[in-house]
Amino acid sequence: MDKERLIEAYTVMRTIRRFEETLNDLYAENFIRGSIHLSIGQEAVAAGVGLAMAPQDKLTTTYRGHGHVIARKTPIRFLMAEMLGRETGINKGRGGSMHFTDVSRGVLGANAIVAAGIPHAVGAAYSAKYLKEDFVTVTIFGDGATNQGAFHEALNLAAVYQLPVLFVCENNLYSEMTPIEEIVPVDNMAERAEAYRIPSFIVDGYDVEEVYGAVKKSIEDIRSGKGPVFLEMKTYRLVGHMYGDQEIYRSREEVESWKVRDPLSTTADKLAAMGVDINGINASVERDIEDAVSFAKESAWPDPSRLYEGVYFGE
Amino acid sequence: MAQKMTYTQALNLSIKEEMERDDRIVLFGEDIGKPGGAFQVTKGLWEQFGSDRVLDTPISETGFFGMAIGAALTGLRPVVEILYMDFCAVAMDQLINQANKLTYMSGGQFPVPVVFRGQQGAGRGNGAQHSQSFESLFCNMPGIQVVLPSSPNDAYGLFKTAVRNNKPVIFLEHKLLYGIRDEVEVGREPIPFGQANIVRSGEDVTIVAVSRMVQFAKEAAEKLAQQGISCEIIDPRTLVPFDLETVAKSVQKTGRLIVVEESHRWGSIGASIIHEVVEQAFNYLDSPPKLIGTENVPIPYSKPLEDAAIPSPEKIEQAVLSMV
Repeated sequence: MDKERLIEAYTVMRTIRRFEETLNDLYAENFIRGSIHLSIGQEAVAAGVGLAMAPQDKLTTTYRGHGHVIARKTPIRFLMAEMLGRETGINKGRGGSMHFTDVSRGVLGANAIVAAGIPHAVGAAYSAKYLKEDFVTVTIFGDGATNQGAFHEALNLAAVYQLPVLFVCENNLYSEMTPIEEIVPVDNMAERAEAYRIPSFIVDGYDVEEVYGAVKKSIEDIRSGKGPVFLEMKTYRLVGHMYGDQEIYRSREEVESWKVRDPLSTTADKLAAMGVDINGINASVERDIEDAVSFAKESAWPDPSRLYEGVYFGE
Repeated sequence: MAQKMTYTQALNLSIKEEMERDDRIVLFGEDIGKPGGAFQVTKGLWEQFGSDRVLDTPISETGFFGMAIGAALTGLRPVVEILYMDFCAVAMDQLINQANKLTYMSGGQFPVPVVFRGQQGAGRGNGAQHSQSFESLFCNMPGIQVVLPSSPNDAYGLFKTAVRNNKPVIFLEHKLLYGIRDEVEVGREPIPFGQANIVRSGEDVTIVAVSRMVQFAKEAAEKLAQQGISCEIIDPRTLVPFDLETVAKSVQKTGRLIVVEESHRWGSIGASIIHEVVEQAFNYLDSPPKLIGTENVPIPYSKPLEDAAIPSPEKIEQAVLSMV
């Protein structure tokens, strides 16, 4: 990554971090309903993937997907408004935290059912091949999703039909609140892709440059017709599975040991060494967050008389 | 141009014509390629349209249902064959959480133009896991349309509407209708959804029946006519959307309502139809409406048990006689 790209990556990561920390506050203040799943600590994967994708590429993601959509550059105003259930939200308040969708930027949707979006990505890849269009579809999912049938069926289909899809597994070591090592017989999720003869690589998900490089190379290969690729991002979530998680399944020391490598601090240090004004970037991100929050709070609620609008497309 | 053909041939022709008209239509399913499908509905299509477009899939319902949805979000109009409708159960998430919800959850950002089609129903001794009728279940999934053609002509005309519109469709065929032969208006306009078909006009009782139950109702009505009882048979053809107006109007005329369905009677769409009619036309009813559905047991294999479980022309006849 050159300096400009790294600045962009840091800005995206910082935006994701501050967006999600703000969600926590707004949740505590009852501005947000339901459940929220934060990706704090995993921002390098989101930023690396988002920046490596071309504008025409498609994405499906998961309920821990705020960051992935932010990295696709959906304005955070619309995401914040969605979190607050407003008509100006990216999904008009019909979706919420787990369903960010932005077709204009190729985001086919975040999905609240573990692994359900993976076959959707394979279907989008089928479209690209059938229609001879130039887009690659990226699907992001967690380590826990590799225990779902949908994951295995999707990998098999992608391999059999040689479809242009990139599988990105964010292995944060925990399947919700259970250590992944206790519930899989493999050491690396990438081994599962090998069973389907899909080229697979393990990537340091705490190094945004490494993520970016691996994704960029994989997408280039896929676009040139080489078939699907699988990337396992070794990462870690520094907060609980969801709001209110007591985290009794892991030690404080373990979390601290990962915090030392927090991709935001390491990237900030790198940029500072290049003479970049980190405080300036942070201040600018803060203004964006404040703008998003006031936009969301000032936005109108959806009108209950339009309850049925959108059950069917165009109706 | 009217031509006599089977329900299977009518469907096959409709799919073929639509694929010739629109190359965004692709087919996914098990054994639908060279074998032409277990029930021959896709016969000849693999040869005509090629293996990229008529995709013979692994036995991975979750995988290829989901794949169809993803393809639908990105410009295609997939038609998925479900070998036995019972197999939906292994992929229910893709129907109940995905196909029907993505448009709404996204704030209306995209259509999900997928047709999930296949056969269901009892009467052939296929046992409990190959015989159930699922229309009631599918009616409880907002965002998906539920279509049940009962004749070759309806199969032909309803499929065209299913594949041309932007909303997901569950298209329920019946394994014991595939062989029936009747006239099909080849080249006809698509049959709109939400428009019931008055299969037989009558004065004394309204019988609402779908899918194979239309055949049973017709048999019962013939016998009852010999006894001087006149039945009006209404086939809604689509349960979502539902043409309540035609049914309510008929009940206003006859004063009596029987709903015949092959899905299990407890928690059924038949019960909902009766409920709506009672709300709208209670004062016109001369007797309590009746519901004839499948008994609340898994469909048994043995013939006398299977016969006892599902509706029959005799059960319909008895119900009418008890009302008039």
